[in-house]
Amino acid sequence: MTGIGRRGLMGASAGLLAAPMLARAQGTPVKIGLVAVLTGPQAALGTQLRDGFQQALRHLDNRLGGRPVEVVLIDDELRPEVAVTKVRAAIERDRVDFVIGVVFSNILAAVMRPVTEANTFLISTNAGPSTFAGRGCNPFFFTTSYNNDQVHSVMGQAAQDSNYRRVFVMTPNYQAGRDAVAGFKSRFRGEVVDEVFVPLNQLDFSAELAKIAAARPDAIFTFMPGGLGVNLVRQYRQAGLANIPFLSTFTVDEATLPAQGEAALGFYSAASWAPNMPIEANQRFVRDFEAQFSYVPATYAAQAYDGAMLVDSALKRTGGSTADKDALRAALRAADFQSVRGNFRFGANHYPVQDFWLCQVARRPDGKFQTETVRKVLENSTDPYAAECRMR
Amino acid sequence: MSGTLLLVQALNGLQLGVLLFLVAAGLTLVFGVMDFINLAHGVQYMLGAYLGAHFAAIMGSFWLALPLALLGSLAIGLLLEVLVFRHLYARDHLAQVLATFGVILVLNQGVKAVWGTAPRELPVPALLDGGITIMPGLQYPVFRIAIIAAGLATAGLLWLVVERTKVGMLIRAGATNPRMVAALGVDVRRLFTLVFATGAMLAGFAGVMAAPIFSVEPGMGDTVLILAFVVIVIGGIGSIRGAFIAALLVGLIDTLGRSLMPDLMRLILDASSARQAGAAIASMLVYVAMAAVLAFRPAGLFPVRGG
Repeated sequence: MTGIGRRGLMGASAGLLAAPMLARAQGTPVKIGLVAVLTGPQAALGTQLRDGFQQALRHLDNRLGGRPVEVVLIDDELRPEVAVTKVRAAIERDRVDFVIGVVFSNILAAVMRPVTEANTFLISTNAGPSTFAGRGCNPFFFTTSYNNDQVHSVMGQAAQDSNYRRVFVMTPNYQAGRDAVAGFKSRFRGEVVDEVFVPLNQLDFSAELAKIAAARPDAIFTFMPGGLGVNLVRQYRQAGLANIPFLSTFTVDEATLPAQGEAALGFYSAASWAPNMPIEANQRFVRDFEAQFSYVPATYAAQAYDGAMLVDSALKRTGGSTADKDALRAALRAADFQSVRGNFRFGANHYPVQDFWLCQVARRPDGKFQTETVRKVLENSTDPYAAECRMR
Repeated sequence: MSGTLLLVQALNGLQLGVLLFLVAAGLTLVFGVMDFINLAHGVQYMLGAYLGAHFAAIMGSFWLALPLALLGSLAIGLLLEVLVFRHLYARDHLAQVLATFGVILVLNQGVKAVWGTAPRELPVPALLDGGITIMPGLQYPVFRIAIIAAGLATAGLLWLVVERTKVGMLIRAGATNPRMVAALGVDVRRLFTLVFATGAMLAGFAGVMAAPIFSVEPGMGDTVLILAFVVIVIGGIGSIRGAFIAALLVGLIDTLGRSLMPDLMRLILDASSARQAGAAIASMLVYVAMAAVLAFRPAGLFPVRGG
């Protein structure tokens, strides 16, 4: 008797409660854990990422899918154990609905399980290691960037298309450096004259530059992130080697160009986005970003901007609700937003299927430097690991 | 490898050595005379580079920026001395290491707060721009020759001051037995302040000279500091002459190791493992050399401090 009564009461009140509950879902903020490296030598990249995300929120009136936003900013300090502790706290104490960001692959690898095992969506806006693209793909993981290997292989293809026969390769002596060489070689069919590996804390490249001059290659391929790239680019120019085409990945971009300046002029990089792309959404992003933060955005900012737009589009589809994970996943997978890159959709492994470009450093009329698209190298490129992904 | 390339690499090694000497000279002076471990020497080098880049951006001239950056380095050095270091002279080395490490953290973060996190540049002055062709297709930048000249001049000047002047005599005496010097009525505190100011200026000078070649960024002093410690340990703590010879040695070992090791390893390994193993061993060579020197001459090549 009591059981029936209670059930009846619940049924009656369900209709009444539904409306205020929906209103409350609209009113309570959606919580985002934004992970970026904000201290240490690589902080410039994390700052780009944070500012790109903030710019998207400005364009969205500080709302995602109609709900107000509360951002929990997490500085991972580029230390995996710190990242795990802080991200766990964000999930368990702050109860964030999404974890977004992450510049470096080793940080992503560290936070992957804590986030996805809590059934929380993790959206990387930069790190795109192959580990999570193939067998390790995860239904709670998306990335708005690329698979790292793709970018290096784009440069291999570009070197192939430019008919370079002899290429000199130089990278730092660690996993990502060796991956860069492998990625480049996967599409380059010519001769690799020499492969030089340098320590990650290398200051002076004069020994290597003398080797390059002695080898007289048609072009060099290099991957020298951050300060390494600043040193190399300036010393390469000063050594009078700039007549040898400089093909690079993650070496000349808007984060390092302020320090490389004129020395990087005409040097090449590979990317899926550049600030000069003539897409309306992109021009609005670049213009307003520069007005707000007074520096030129790099891919770190652009992909974080797309990450926020992605979440906004997904929440619009679910009516602001994050409760039904399957519905939310389907909404994310749809990628129903205008990317600053133009073409953008997710492959089966939740990595983007997109175009890749050969870019070149140019000076803008206002004197600032940026990378600009030269030609499309790959169209609708899927990463080489997607086929191995069995999403469960 | 051709003879020309080997000569070019030796020149490159020499130049890296001279730059290391500029950093290590100040460090060895302060360590030797004051028995004070100043880990913050690296951030003082970084501040010199930042001040140089900052003033060059404002004044539009390297030649105006250089003296201003030196004055700035001096001012900051003296400020640090009064605020922090002065209170540490009487303490043990552990306290000095902890406190100056704290200074590193604060200044690295401070630089970020003032100038942002992105790397900055100091353009090569027009007068020293361009290069000399030393082998087909390779230019040797004039500015690097200027670094060598500046390093040699600094070494000569320091030698002259330390070996031939009264102040130099006090410095040498202070390095050998500071208590005796104090007992003889010399104001050791003033001597220390002078030595410390010179060290700060030298660090700043090295920073300004390195800035047109290297990236000016937070933490740039940390790598250099480690190498500078290797230099002064090999050279014998407190010895300017030792620092000079050890710096050249370290520069040569590092550069020649990097250029020759992969080829040497190819004699016993296949090409791809030779490259990686060669690179790995080359980056260790400097430290191996330091260990070897310490094993045979624990006080370094040119020991200063008397028993």
